[in-house]
Amino acid sequence: MIFFLPKKARLPAYFLCVMVLAVLIGPLFFPSSYDLPGPSTFSAPELLHPCGTDLNGRDLLLRILEGGRISLLVGICGAAISLLIGTTYGLIAGSTRSGVDNLMMRAVDILYSVPRLIFILIFINAFNERLQLAASRHGFDLLVGSSRLVILILSLGLIEWLTMARIVRGQTLALRERSYVAAARVLGEGYWTVLVRHLLPNLAGIVLVYLTLAIPSVIVDEAFLSFLGLGVQAPQSSWGSLLSEGATSINPVHCSWWLLLFPSMALLVTLLSLYALGDALRRSLQTRQS
Amino acid sequence: MPVVLLCVVTITFLLIRLSPGGPFDSERKLPPAIEKQLLAKYKLDGPIAVQYTGYLKDLFHGDLRISTKYRNRSVNEILFQTLPVTLILGTAALMLALLGGFWLGAFAAARTGTLAECGALAVTLLSISLPSFVLGPLLILIFSIKLGWLPVGGWGTPSQLLLPAVTLAIPYAAVIARLLHDSLRETLSEDFVRTARAKGLSESAVIYRHALRVAILPVVSYLGPLAANLLTGSIVVETIFHIPGAGGFFVNSILNRDGFLLGGVVIVYCVLLMLFNLLVDLSYRLLDRRIRG
Repeated sequence: MIFFLPKKARLPAYFLCVMVLAVLIGPLFFPSSYDLPGPSTFSAPELLHPCGTDLNGRDLLLRILEGGRISLLVGICGAAISLLIGTTYGLIAGSTRSGVDNLMMRAVDILYSVPRLIFILIFINAFNERLQLAASRHGFDLLVGSSRLVILILSLGLIEWLTMARIVRGQTLALRERSYVAAARVLGEGYWTVLVRHLLPNLAGIVLVYLTLAIPSVIVDEAFLSFLGLGVQAPQSSWGSLLSEGATSINPVHCSWWLLLFPSMALLVTLLSLYALGDALRRSLQTRQS
Repeated sequence: MPVVLLCVVTITFLLIRLSPGGPFDSERKLPPAIEKQLLAKYKLDGPIAVQYTGYLKDLFHGDLRISTKYRNRSVNEILFQTLPVTLILGTAALMLALLGGFWLGAFAAARTGTLAECGALAVTLLSISLPSFVLGPLLILIFSIKLGWLPVGGWGTPSQLLLPAVTLAIPYAAVIARLLHDSLRETLSEDFVRTARAKGLSESAVIYRHALRVAILPVVSYLGPLAANLLTGSIVVETIFHIPGAGGFFVNSILNRDGFLLGGVVIVYCVLLMLFNLLVDLSYRLLDRRIRG
């Protein structure tokens, strides 16, 4: 599948594949004692523990891989939700009367300049317990343990759709003037049919490109929340919470640099690959259109 | 604008008051009489609607009420002490981001098609992928602990400002550089640029005197979101560098269920951002009109 991509997108795509595979099946190869508190706390990288161990003597590489599961899961699901909202919003704005369109895009402008992450922070912390309570009352045991994760994914999806809405709306405005859309209208197809059958398929390319750009921003947002201790909570960990542990462990007296460096590298490589992939796809789409 | 502000206040208030658990729950169970007195002191009694209108009335008079955690300190007082710190940090970062972004963007666009452009774009991509909570601790590790050039944290001297401001600015400088690069490349292929070149102006004069004035518009319209991002980012940077700004109080107020402090920080942030956006909007119109003639 990677061979169909433009040349510049292939290298980041390989990196991503390796990262996803490592995160998914990597933890299976570790002895089970690596995940438990061990005797060697704060030991520097060595052959047995290639990334060193943390404050409880757990293997850092294993923790990074398991944290990556959470980070990538949040990133992909959050971006998918933002895609759903953004595409619907943009499609409707781009295809209605200009008055409604103006109003809808003005709302997007305002949301852009409000510190959305701050509201989401309050929202998550306000409604987490409520969701937990509701879940346990209705017998969704699975939800009780991971209610915070679910609410995190939902709310991050709720704030990252703005760029998608703008792009889709701009593209819809351009597409609706094409003759095949006019033809469909003349043939008597309804508003929603034109939207779904004619406009949506032609937007698929650009939507996919911006999906690859939305995933890293959701990952960054999640890491931001977890870094502050307000996102994913123990026993679960993500790259953000590993980073915050790493940041607290460096000081002039005792400097466990590996706790900071390796989670940073994992996050950096993933973000860089995703941004590079999105960028390369966007550029190739632009040149094909012009 | 007042409508948006009212929405912000309402949403904040509802999110805080409707969340389960009051500010006095975490400690030992208080006798009902004392709890009632406490609730009355902090104006947390009565039906929600009455509380809401009372809060609005107080806000209208410029009173952000008292913190429920830092007993007997008013929110106004706390913000008055901490907000200047956040604003200085934010302004320094904004300046750095603009300076760095403009330089790098113009540098890349002036060398279209060369290796230098590729290199500059790669640098911006790398910087965008370095959010402040990654960059900050890494910079501390390198410059403060390994090299010992700069202080680890704290506030007050210019050398303590340098590292946090750079940390906050770098990702956004990269965004600005990319925006400017793209719009400069478009502008550089327009007719008036060709005329300027035909007059025999040097390449730098063409870019800085003529093309930049037009290409600056996307950057100006990005300033609003940029300010919002900087404010959010400053929360994390203040935590990393132990800076006594409003961001730390914000995080603590969520953990402590300190409703009025939380509300105060959010409302003041939003007011600041709105004023900034108004300024940006006005300058955008001014620039736009000047260009259209």
